[in-house]
Amino acid sequence: MTGASRGIGRAIAIALGAEGACVVVNYQSNHGKAAETVEAITSAGGEAKALQFDVSDGAAVEAAMKQIMTEMGAIHILVNNAGVAVNTLTLGAKDADFKRALDVNLGGTFHCTRAALRSLMRASGGGRVINVTSIVGEIGVAGQGPYAAAKAGVIGLTKSWAREYASRGLTVNAVSPGVIDTDMTASEMSETRKAELVKTIPIGRIGTSDDVAHAVVFLSGPKSGYITGQVVRVNGGLFM
Amino acid sequence: MAENIEEKVMKIVAEQFEVPLDKVALNSLFMDDLKADSLSVVELVLAIEEAFGLEIPDEDAEKIKTVGDVVNYVKARAK
Repeated sequence: MTGASRGIGRAIAIALGAEGACVVVNYQSNHGKAAETVEAITSAGGEAKALQFDVSDGAAVEAAMKQIMTEMGAIHILVNNAGVAVNTLTLGAKDADFKRALDVNLGGTFHCTRAALRSLMRASGGGRVINVTSIVGEIGVAGQGPYAAAKAGVIGLTKSWAREYASRGLTVNAVSPGVIDTDMTASEMSETRKAELVKTIPIGRIGTSDDVAHAVVFLSGPKSGYITGQVVRVNGGLFM
Repeated sequence: MAENIEEKVMKIVAEQFEVPLDKVALNSLFMDDLKADSLSVVELVLAIEEAFGLEIPDEDAEKIKTVGDVVNYVKARAK
C-alpha cells in the first residue's frame, strides 16, 4: 500500500485492514502520519506495519519488497497509490518538474509492481494489483501536463500488465478518482473553485477518500477475479 | 563441483515447474516437456541468476531450450 500516510492511500489501507488484510503502510517522509494509519488499523483489530521507502528509487523498492517478503512471506495485493501533484504550465516549466511527476507517479508504480511480481504471480486464489490513476490522466487539466502524462501512463501499464499476467490469475486494474477531498486537492483548489466544480458533478458533491477505498476493496477481493485491465472511475459522474 | 551444479539446477527446475525431481532430465525441453510459457522461462532464469550469483543477459537466455542447456551455461560461467 504505497503512499498510505495520508489521503486516499490512508483510507484504502484502513479499509483493507478492516477486511482482514495484513497491511504494509508505505510512506516516503511522513513518519508520524504513517504511524497514525497503522494505529487506526490495529486499534480496529487489524494487522499493519509502516515501512519507509521512496517509490521513485528502484533499488530502494527492490530492497523494501525483499524485506516485506522475508517478514511476511508473500505479497498478495499491491496498491500503487503513492503520488505527488505537480502544478506547472508547460510554458516555462522546469525539467525537474516533469521528471518528478513521472518518477513518483509512473516510475513508482513500475518499480513496485516489478519487485512484487514474482510473489503476486504465485498468490493462491490470484494476486491483485490496483493502480491509482486520476481523472486528470483521462481528460487532462490545464497546468497539470506532466501529472496528467504520468497518470495516463499508469493506465497503459495497467492494461499491458493485465494481459501479461492474466495466465497466472493476477488481475491488474486501475481506479480513477475524480475530485476527492484530500490534502492534495486542498492545496491546489480554493473553496470557491471547489464550489464551482460541484455544480458540474452529477452526484453533486466532492468525493471522499472512502469512496475510492470501497472500489479498491472490491477490486482486491476474491469476487473480482473476472475483472482485469479496467479503469474504474470514482468521480460522481464528472467524466464518463 | 561439476556434479553439484547439475543437481542444483535440476532441483531449481523441479521447484519452478512444480514437477517431481525424477521427471526432470537433462534433455527435458522447457517449452514442450515441462509445459513452460515465456513467463515461467523468465522466472527460471531469475531463479538461476539468484542461486548462482550470475547475471544472464537476454541473448544468452534466449538460447536456453533444455535443462542441459542451463547446466552447461552455468558450468561455463563458473570457470
